[in-house]
Amino acid sequence: MEVDLGVLVVAILQAAVRSGTPILFVCIGEIYAERSGVLNVGLEGMMLVGAIAGFTAGFTVGNPVVGVIVAAAAGAAFSLIHAFVTITLRADQIVSGLTLTILGTGISGFFGKAMIGQVGPGFDKFAVPGLAKIPVLGTVFFQQDAMVYLSYVVVPIAWWVMYKTHLGLAIRSVGESPATADSLGVSVTRIRYGCVLFGGAMAGVGGAYLSLAYTTMWIEQMSGGRGWITLALVIFAGWNPARAALGAYLFGGADALQLRIQAVGLDIPTYFLMMLPYVLTITILVLASRASLRRRLGAPAALGIPYAREER
Amino acid sequence: MSRQWRSAAFTVPAVFLVVAALALAGCGGGAPEEAAPEAAASEGVAVKAAFVYVSPVGDAGWTLAHDNARLKIDELDYVETAYTEAVPEGADAERTISQYVRQGYNLIFTTSFGYMDPTITVAATAPEVTFMHCSGFKTAANVGTYFGRMYQPRYLTGMIAGKMTKSKVLGYVAAHPIPEVIRGLNAFALGARSVNPDVKVHVVWTQTWYDPAKEREAAESLLDIGADVIAQHQDTPAPQQAAEKRGNYSIGYNSDMSSFAPAAHLTAPVWNWEVIYRKVVDEVHNGTWTSYQYWGGLDDGVVGLAPYSDLVPQEVRDMVEAKKAEIVAGDWDVFTGPINNAAGEVWVADGESMADGDMLGMKDLVEGVVGTVPE
Repeated sequence: MEVDLGVLVVAILQAAVRSGTPILFVCIGEIYAERSGVLNVGLEGMMLVGAIAGFTAGFTVGNPVVGVIVAAAAGAAFSLIHAFVTITLRADQIVSGLTLTILGTGISGFFGKAMIGQVGPGFDKFAVPGLAKIPVLGTVFFQQDAMVYLSYVVVPIAWWVMYKTHLGLAIRSVGESPATADSLGVSVTRIRYGCVLFGGAMAGVGGAYLSLAYTTMWIEQMSGGRGWITLALVIFAGWNPARAALGAYLFGGADALQLRIQAVGLDIPTYFLMMLPYVLTITILVLASRASLRRRLGAPAALGIPYAREER
Repeated sequence: MSRQWRSAAFTVPAVFLVVAALALAGCGGGAPEEAAPEAAASEGVAVKAAFVYVSPVGDAGWTLAHDNARLKIDELDYVETAYTEAVPEGADAERTISQYVRQGYNLIFTTSFGYMDPTITVAATAPEVTFMHCSGFKTAANVGTYFGRMYQPRYLTGMIAGKMTKSKVLGYVAAHPIPEVIRGLNAFALGARSVNPDVKVHVVWTQTWYDPAKEREAAESLLDIGADVIAQHQDTPAPQQAAEKRGNYSIGYNSDMSSFAPAAHLTAPVWNWEVIYRKVVDEVHNGTWTSYQYWGGLDDGVVGLAPYSDLVPQEVRDMVEAKKAEIVAGDWDVFTGPINNAAGEVWVADGESMADGDMLGMKDLVEGVVGTVPE
């Protein structure tokens, strides 16, 4: 059977963007939370809450756009638990995050019972007029669904806010040295609450991608470990939204590549192919950390440490 | 507990949260849900049957098929049932099974291959309880096994796919490389090539039972290389939707998946566990149960086909029904020679039939499958 290699490569790149998009949303949100000093390992739970809330809303109203908005709101509301427990009560962030994962799995399963077997509205692929005509890049980036296009807007804005605005500076300083930021009149509590809630909203949107775009159905525990992958991706991205996009597409691409090598029937051991995404990640992690040895990988200094003014 | 607690004042709400989370997780995905006790029939043993599931009932696939059957037998007035879903294979399974023993259940169904050793271990401590383990090979005086000859309806769906394809490329989204999956893939390929000898079946292994996004992507990869009918072995209908969106055909699995892809879904090889559950429950009720290994086929109805889509022409249905009748009558079975392996060597000689033991340990691929079994 003849498969046009060029067509296949374009298909792989297109799939890379598609499978990278859900983790990209989640990653952007987590970068903000971590940049402000709050680690939230409850991504898996927040994704599931977003996936079921988005699906239920989209299904009920018959409009996937409503689904995405509700998913973001639900993710943010759910992450409020984490914000309250870790910022106001200053409890351990890991424990609270794990709680969020368990709770989110349970809640989504419980409320999802009624949605089992239903097929909801979803985002279909559509070509962006003009841009989709660009050879290769047009097919790869501009023959996707609306949520992928949404990510093209979210990523640059997230990068711009983080590095070019006063707010971004405040977020980064709260994550590096909350005491200093506090003394300069920045509200540590408000910034951290805002970042955790934004993280929850983005995780909700990432989850909704699975139930409204990737598939148009609800399946229990459909996040399939993507929340955990994202935690690694944040480190790979060096807490930088632009590099998060690169990492997400790379990870998605490795998976898309190994599936298509199998589909064509090339005789390469499958277990080797399965390892590909992870080998790639490790390799690039090593390279990335070498290049940035001088700037210490870029982890926020106050990450994971609750801030209490009186403890200064 | 974490050593990083700031003070007791913060520990209390956090611990409360964890407990609340676990309790809720239980509601959604873990706690045994007991049906209302029903009056035992005057004669025979009242059956308290417990089911241990590997995935949530909400998987729309494997576990749902088991649970649909559980609900059917729960209607019998001498039976009450309970289940626990999403039980990991291994130590957790052992705990769940022994919990049911302590609660006085006298019949326990464990519905995943990985529950084999936990079932045997717990069974040794509870000789008065009857255990039935799905898809395994270890038995004891109080442990039987049950499974179905899913390869038979797989073959029939292969015939349909072989008739419906235009590109002569079929895509098979395979799960883990174990004999059960390989057997289904081979049967599908044999069926397709029996009606269309030029057909190739391309296979992609996802090494998952349950990851809709990955399974959808695997189906996409097969569609990308020109497959126009997609079959699958995972528990989620995600590959069906991939085929639907591209305007291609699909074959479901486990239960009728047509609602997920009405314009693509042709039919599906499905489980009808009620057949075996009814049989075992009645045996325990009447006190006639003894350990056995059940491997029923189309003749028992424990496996079958989902309703045909309108897309399947009448002549194809007639052809499939004729073949089905042949299998049900016991005149012919799927792994009857001549069958060549993927290397083109004779695997089953003309006129010979593969023994059950060889089928249960199947590792090779038949001619016409493009791909390899991961080692």
